[in-house]
Amino acid sequence: MKVSSLPITELKGRLSAEGLGLCIGPFNIKLTSSLAVVADGLEQLYGDFDLTKESDFTDFRISLAAPSLLRRWFRPQVNFSFDGFIPFKPLPQEQAFAMFEWGLNWCVANNAHQYLIIHAAVIERNGVTCILPGTPGSGKSTLCAGMVCKGWRLLSDEMTLISTSTGEIFPIPRPVSLKNQSIEIIQNYSSHAFMGETVMDTAKGTVSHMRPPNSSVDSSGQPGKAGLIIFPKYKEGEDANLTPLNRANALLKMAENSFNYSVLGLQGFEVLSALISNCDCYDFSYQSLDEAKEVLESLI
Amino acid sequence: MKPSESMLVTFLSSPNRAEAVTDSFKCELLLRQARSANLLSRVSKLCEEDELLLRLPERMQNHLQSAKCVANANHRSVRWEVKQILSVLAAKEIPVCLLKGAAYVVDEVDAGKGRVFSDVDILVPKESLEEVEILLVHNGWMCTNFDPYDQKYYRTWMHELPPLKNMKRGTALDVHHTIIPPTACLKPDIEKIWEKVDKVEGFEGLYILGSHDLILHSAVHLFHDGELENGLRDLSDLDLLMREFLVEEGFWENLLARAVELNLQRPLFYALRYTNGILKTPVPDDILNSSKMGSPGTVMVALMDALFLRALAPDHPSCDDRWTGLARWMLFIRSHWLRMPPLQLAQHLARKGYKRWTVRKNMT
Repeated sequence: MKVSSLPITELKGRLSAEGLGLCIGPFNIKLTSSLAVVADGLEQLYGDFDLTKESDFTDFRISLAAPSLLRRWFRPQVNFSFDGFIPFKPLPQEQAFAMFEWGLNWCVANNAHQYLIIHAAVIERNGVTCILPGTPGSGKSTLCAGMVCKGWRLLSDEMTLISTSTGEIFPIPRPVSLKNQSIEIIQNYSSHAFMGETVMDTAKGTVSHMRPPNSSVDSSGQPGKAGLIIFPKYKEGEDANLTPLNRANALLKMAENSFNYSVLGLQGFEVLSALISNCDCYDFSYQSLDEAKEVLESLI
Repeated sequence: MKPSESMLVTFLSSPNRAEAVTDSFKCELLLRQARSANLLSRVSKLCEEDELLLRLPERMQNHLQSAKCVANANHRSVRWEVKQILSVLAAKEIPVCLLKGAAYVVDEVDAGKGRVFSDVDILVPKESLEEVEILLVHNGWMCTNFDPYDQKYYRTWMHELPPLKNMKRGTALDVHHTIIPPTACLKPDIEKIWEKVDKVEGFEGLYILGSHDLILHSAVHLFHDGELENGLRDLSDLDLLMREFLVEEGFWENLLARAVELNLQRPLFYALRYTNGILKTPVPDDILNSSKMGSPGTVMVALMDALFLRALAPDHPSCDDRWTGLARWMLFIRSHWLRMPPLQLAQHLARKGYKRWTVRKNMT
């Protein structure tokens, strides 16, 4: 049963009472919140995700609630809590849904070391899985959103989960997080892109999330095998430029972008080098999504 | 004494752990309680030893594998850190005795199993304290708090230097010269403790407290000094230490005798009472009886039971009753009460209170 099969009143009811159970990639989440922003965000962006069953094991219990009665009304705020533990300072309440996304990233990055976790988007087409690491200024999410709007399958926008036992990439096709100008760029690029509410003045500027395609969510049970690693860089005023990158350098750059490389120690190195030995690696600078699409599709 | 009945306590105390984790619901509760008690890595290690992993739900296996990675990373970094500290102090032939988590991990005693912690604690001879501080500061460790009152508080009243931090690695180091604040009413003789330290194999100049003293120090820390934020984890340390060493000839009698020698009968009384009562540590009845020489009066014992049985439960909503918050708060007050004489405590609290008030005033 999918989230979209629940009427909004039922969705809100579950969220504010026993919690809403969601299957998000390899994780089962139970989310509790009586805030309308959270219910609306879920309805808009998580409609295609499955609900958990009563008897399912929950990995992360998350709640989003006002820190105090006062903060419900006076300059309303929201706290993220992970089974009673509050890892962050409260944020303005209108950012509650974005805080759910950021908080869930934190839960995964700190509690799922059965994966080597890279700060990277992953997309797939024609059976070729492509990792796009998110070095600062790379435009990783913009590129990812653009390709996904044109038929690539979304495995993940924010974190690449590489199984330490099989080397496979486990999809977690959550909404794609877009910032500032990227929001408009994607809206102009594809009429299919569906955006959630836009929130201004967050720590990351203006933020909006793009709904993941139905087909990507439906196939989130199928892991991918990486074949391409592309380090994107957005460069205005320059033609697209694809340069092969040797594997040793690619490994270093991937390790730098990992959330838990040092936690895994030797195992991290082994998993990463096995992954990279099966991949073609490139540095890629681009200025337009159309060009980028052409180049990426020439590689598959 | 009413024993706590959390899933985590059942798991830790059960001779047959497999029974404690028969279904998915129990596993999930164990996961949640262990996570909040900072004991998930230990649960992971114990499941591995009992060859339970493959019998657990796959999601639980994943969480336990993840927690194992965290402990392994923590232990790698602690071993490295200890080597760095030794390289600075051993050159000057200053003996370094590891305390608490770092001691358990580096000397590979059972209490190091899945023990996750952030600070390295060391004990050095009091006469070397000044030299140790200078050497450490010259080699990359820095004091992080320069508030004049806090500096004076640590240097005149406490059993340790103000906390140090390695400027490159960000790791925390506490340098102790004795095991309990000199202002506290318990006054174990630190010379006698140094007489019984053991060498840590493979590390020149590195020591660990003798087995009885490891237990007594852990008991002092938990019942007389700690703030109990990791209460159940520390109790589990005590349980593992005792279970490991009880095979030694005359272990229990020697432990009691050592407590008398160091004047630590009270903390040992609590340690035996609550490890046995909560985690079913196999303390012989006659030893439990003899340890009552360190017991406070009957009323006090009843009060301490009411407080410790709550505060030593996992810090998780599923384990709290309506008095848990109050119990933790009262034990926090008690730890300060035991730390210094009443007049000094009053001055300390007044000073801290005034400082907090002025800071707040300056912020608004």
